[in-house]
Amino acid sequence: MTSAREEVLGRIRTALGEHRPEVVVPRDYRAADERPAEQLREVLVDRLEDYKASVLRCGPDEVGATVAAALDAGLGPGWDAGSVVVAPGVPAEWRPDGATEDDGRPAVELAAFAATLTGVAVAIAETGTLVLDGGPVSGRRAVSLLPDCLVCVVEAGQVVGGVPEALRRLDPTAPLTMVSGPSATSDIELERVEGVHGPRTLVVVLVA
Amino acid sequence: MRVALFATCLVDTVAPQVAMATARLLERLGHEVVVPAGQACCGQMHVNTGYRREAVPIVANHVRAFAGAEAIVSPSGSCVASIHHQQAMVLRRAGEDELAAEAEALAERTYELSQFLVDVLGVTDVGAYYPHRVTYHPTCHSLRLLRVGDRPLQLLRAVRGLELVELPGAEQCCGFGGTFSIKNSDTSTAMLTDKMANVLSTHAEVCTAGDASCLMHIGGGLSRLRSGTRTVHLAEILASTEDAVSPHQTTRPAVPA
Amino acid sequence: MTTAPERTDPTPLAPGAPRSGTTFLGLPTAPRGVGHLRGDRPFPDAARDALRDGQLRANLGHATSTIRAKRARVVGEVPDWEQLRQAGKALKTATMARLDEHLVELERQVTARGGTVHWARDAEEANAIVTRLVQATGTDEVVKVKSMATQEIGLNEALEAAGITAHETDLAELIVQLGDDAPSHILVPAIHKNRAEIREIFLRTMPQFQGEGADRDLPDEPRRLAMAARTHLRERFLRAKVAISGANFAVAETGTLAVVESEGNGRMCLTLPQTLITVMGIEKLVPTWRDLEVFLQLLPRSSTGERMNPYTSTWTGVTPGDGPQEFHLVLLDNGRTAVLADEVGREALHCIRCSACLNVCPVYERTGGHSYGSVYPGPIGAVLSPQLTGVEDNASLPYASSLCGACYDACPVAIDIPSILVHLRAEHVEAQEKTTPEAAAFKALSTAMSHPRLWRLTQRAAGLGRLLARGRPTLPPVLPPPASGWTRSRDLPTPPRETFTQAWAREHGGRS
Repeated sequence: MTSAREEVLGRIRTALGEHRPEVVVPRDYRAADERPAEQLREVLVDRLEDYKASVLRCGPDEVGATVAAALDAGLGPGWDAGSVVVAPGVPAEWRPDGATEDDGRPAVELAAFAATLTGVAVAIAETGTLVLDGGPVSGRRAVSLLPDCLVCVVEAGQVVGGVPEALRRLDPTAPLTMVSGPSATSDIELERVEGVHGPRTLVVVLVA
Repeated sequence: MRVALFATCLVDTVAPQVAMATARLLERLGHEVVVPAGQACCGQMHVNTGYRREAVPIVANHVRAFAGAEAIVSPSGSCVASIHHQQAMVLRRAGEDELAAEAEALAERTYELSQFLVDVLGVTDVGAYYPHRVTYHPTCHSLRLLRVGDRPLQLLRAVRGLELVELPGAEQCCGFGGTFSIKNSDTSTAMLTDKMANVLSTHAEVCTAGDASCLMHIGGGLSRLRSGTRTVHLAEILASTEDAVSPHQTTRPAVPA
Repeated sequence: MTTAPERTDPTPLAPGAPRSGTTFLGLPTAPRGVGHLRGDRPFPDAARDALRDGQLRANLGHATSTIRAKRARVVGEVPDWEQLRQAGKALKTATMARLDEHLVELERQVTARGGTVHWARDAEEANAIVTRLVQATGTDEVVKVKSMATQEIGLNEALEAAGITAHETDLAELIVQLGDDAPSHILVPAIHKNRAEIREIFLRTMPQFQGEGADRDLPDEPRRLAMAARTHLRERFLRAKVAISGANFAVAETGTLAVVESEGNGRMCLTLPQTLITVMGIEKLVPTWRDLEVFLQLLPRSSTGERMNPYTSTWTGVTPGDGPQEFHLVLLDNGRTAVLADEVGREALHCIRCSACLNVCPVYERTGGHSYGSVYPGPIGAVLSPQLTGVEDNASLPYASSLCGACYDACPVAIDIPSILVHLRAEHVEAQEKTTPEAAAFKALSTAMSHPRLWRLTQRAAGLGRLLARGRPTLPPVLPPPASGWTRSRDLPTPPRETFTQAWAREHGGRS
């Protein structure tokens, strides 16, 4: 008896026959966005805010304070640093004092944290998208998923114009999560409302 | 220019005034109009209902009837679209490659009326007079297959006395769809109802379009409702002149005999 | 071209009946008796009832006009939309032309990175594979990411028969599941329900609102309804051992799978359980990682009308320390190879399930998805379902369109749906062994329309219809079928005394 694999592959060969078209894929769409970096950052901010993310901008030496302000915005003042979980590769100067570093504990236990702090691998201006790549700075996927507030730090050099540029920078075999705003749904009357299973609050710290 | 008029089976049989208006208009613009006697149908209804084999002799007849014509004009976006997009395909599928090539060549010389006027003749003001409030429905095949765009609107805007009012939801199908209107009569009627509601919301006296078939559908619905709003083909409006207006004011187009 | 599959009654399956038809190349279509590709009545009959449902009409009208406006706005801001669209179309054509090679490469890459690949000839085989995989983990419940493929094969029913509970986690799928309903849209399966109806379903079925002392304060604001779903599913996500997903894309060269979603339910399923089982139609492939740059631009703007959906997850096999440590990929045929065999119809396999064609379709907007009888409704469903099942099992669907072409314009990969509809109508007509009255009429008309003299006589005969009008401008409103289909709701003009060609010949002395 032939295996399902052989049978399905055989069916495909039968269906296609001997004359398979040679197809040239036209790639005359935009491969890169040549706008200046500052303009791309402005587009990114505009798109993030359009999808109900908050954005705080700061200089390279103000990241720690701005992350604290971001947590103020996301959790309300007086938050407990111990309830903030941090991806292991996040630089020390970004972290609030007393924050918990992700130690690889069972993923479901991360649900107990109120907020997460991570970096990103790349950010896409045109779509307002942050890409997390599962590396030390982005953290494993569950870290940026379970706590209800997500704070992401985006560095100046990480902002690209469009999707093609972003994909070129990424390792396809890494577990990637592309985040565009807080979790949302359009399932009720096709009107978008923010806040379902993923973090209901997204605060972006843009360093430039 | 010597223009061969393709009346289409529907116009020829049930709306002859539309073809007559097309001929009068083209003649008024100084062109010679011929009506090849062998013409019948483009084959669209057969193709779209699934009878593509039976469409082959119809298409062959059409190609024969218009062979040698310099330019072919038809007052139907849908039939012209079928000539452009379906005829050669149907013939080729039946193994009639030579005829298919002829059909393709013929299609290149076949124009929908508004395209012919604006693109080939380069006119938008055809000297028409039609003192009525009119709304324009861009029929699906004119809109999406032929991409006639705003050509009919350009022509209508140049008609003296005509008040053009925008049709809400203009790009939505009226629900005709050939045999769809019979096979899926209920759905077709639901679409027609919404189209009529939009037409009536404009308080236009007349709804016009470039397809007699869609107009027969919309007009049939409006007539059933005794709405008082009638449908008039674009060709009839463009053919209307002040000289031909009768003393009794009516939305009936005044096409000179 | 296909020949007629043998005709039997639709579900339930008669004993001894063939399980499915085959195309003339011997490629089997999706089997009967399993899954959700066939309705129990023809489209016009189902539509007739739906059209009378005022609430449904209002809900669909509101939802589709909302999404149409959103889509138009975000598509309009992309200057190279048409280039992306043509690239998407070419990519899909190229993929199909080498589908076998790409699948083998995908299998190699997924396996190399710690995943296991399974092949399923049809719905039954896929259901059996998934059931066996779930049973092997020892659990009796799974969480599910919204997936058309698993809806198509009736996986939930198969799992239930094996004592396994499947929790749908997408909000719309949850509404459908809790409401004991059927999906009616590819993207938003509960599009036929409005907020008040959803609130009622939640209050009636969610445990959090039951029992004494339960806080039943649930306004019908979408935000509050979404919150109720979050609460309802949170615990289920955290305890789930197995998740089942579909896939929007699979990259052959890297073995990468992608799920595009909004709510985070997908991330929960793809991240938290120990075992992930993905069921994917064999046509969902793209050859290279770079190809995603096209589809990740086309899909979100076409489906939810967003520049980018809130979450896109990609994974490749198993990543130690991050996410499921066991990954199974089930590659599903279920009639797809039969579709591939049709040179015209195979373009339907290019579909990326965005549902833009549903949202712009004037027929779908009025009849809703249930009228189509298949999990794939709307224009794409009308070309996909009949091909997956064999056209005779969904013979009314190719006719469920006015051929207005709005679907083709909206399709992000430029599938020429109207042309496929027309092609399938011909397949249906040519599959009939007996001459129907309609076929006889069309044949007669064909003869007349290809012989000018005969055509003039036919026109004259049609003109005699004016006698029925007795001098009125329209024909009587009651005519026998099939004309009654027209005259029930529209007048027919009284045929003129003279055709145009007659009048012209008279004016021009017989010359043309």
